[in-house]
Amino acid sequence: MNAYWIATIGTSVIAFALKYSGHSVPEKWLSHPKIQRINGLIPIALLSALVAVQSFSEKSKLMIDQRLLGLCVAIIALMLKAPFPIVVISAAVSSAALYHWL
Amino acid sequence: MSKVASATFRDSLSVSLTVGAYGVAFGAAAVANGFTVLQSCLLSLLTFSGASQFAVVGVLGAGGSALSGIATASLLGIRNALYGVIMAPRLKVRGLKRVLAAQITIDESTGVALGQEVRDADEMRKGFWFTGIGVFVFWNLFTLAGALGAQAMGDVRAFGLDSAVPAAFLGLVWPRLTGNFERALAVGCAVFAIAMTPILPAGLPIIATAFIAIAVGLKK
Repeated sequence: MNAYWIATIGTSVIAFALKYSGHSVPEKWLSHPKIQRINGLIPIALLSALVAVQSFSEKSKLMIDQRLLGLCVAIIALMLKAPFPIVVISAAVSSAALYHWL
Repeated sequence: MSKVASATFRDSLSVSLTVGAYGVAFGAAAVANGFTVLQSCLLSLLTFSGASQFAVVGVLGAGGSALSGIATASLLGIRNALYGVIMAPRLKVRGLKRVLAAQITIDESTGVALGQEVRDADEMRKGFWFTGIGVFVFWNLFTLAGALGAQAMGDVRAFGLDSAVPAAFLGLVWPRLTGNFERALAVGCAVFAIAMTPILPAGLPIIATAFIAIAVGLKK
């Protein structure tokens, strides 16, 4: 079993366990304001880190390439309140164009 | 169908279609990062939580271990447990129905349900089930389409898929950046992750930022 299978199955099992546990534990356990607050901050931290690492690295090496343009285009699209598919497609198209041109 | 019920149904359907369409981006991202079409579809069927799914393919794609990928995805999945806590006393279901309710407890089903609560409790429950099942159906169909599409493409860079993945993450985090504190945390974590990338094993710079979030959350 390779890493991709382990990741696929492991992620799925834990994802369901988390969902089911929420439906089963007493409400007061997880309703503490600090837990609610941290829960709101964790996605911001992880997703921002993922944006950065996926844009500027390849196999633990830092690099700047066509993905920088894609990222800038995505930021502009989001500032213009474009819907999600437009954000992703505009980033992909600009990045692909630069990749062919370079 | 009454007027109220049809309004709930309409809300659920529009959310299901819009979010389901993100599934194309996920399917494509998963294949671009080395997952097979089958693995991509299993993640959508079984994990069924967008941010967690993007995270696990992102971490493995960046060279991280299976454990780093699972840990990052699971940290993002904690919020579904909190949604379960909110929904359980409202749904009041047991046995197999609770298993099904748990599987479709995600951002959107919880959000639409709570949005209908002002109408009445019955609409709130309908909002949860309609949206959860609707997103599940479209998310999985679109994942398959995206995965097959990316598989047909070959060189992902030629089609900009290497940029589609970070753009998708950015699209997921953007609505959460509601104030200066949130924006500062986002920029700080991005800079930290880049700075640690050449030093720490792949995947760890991303997981480490969750502890930054916990530290600032406890302090503030």
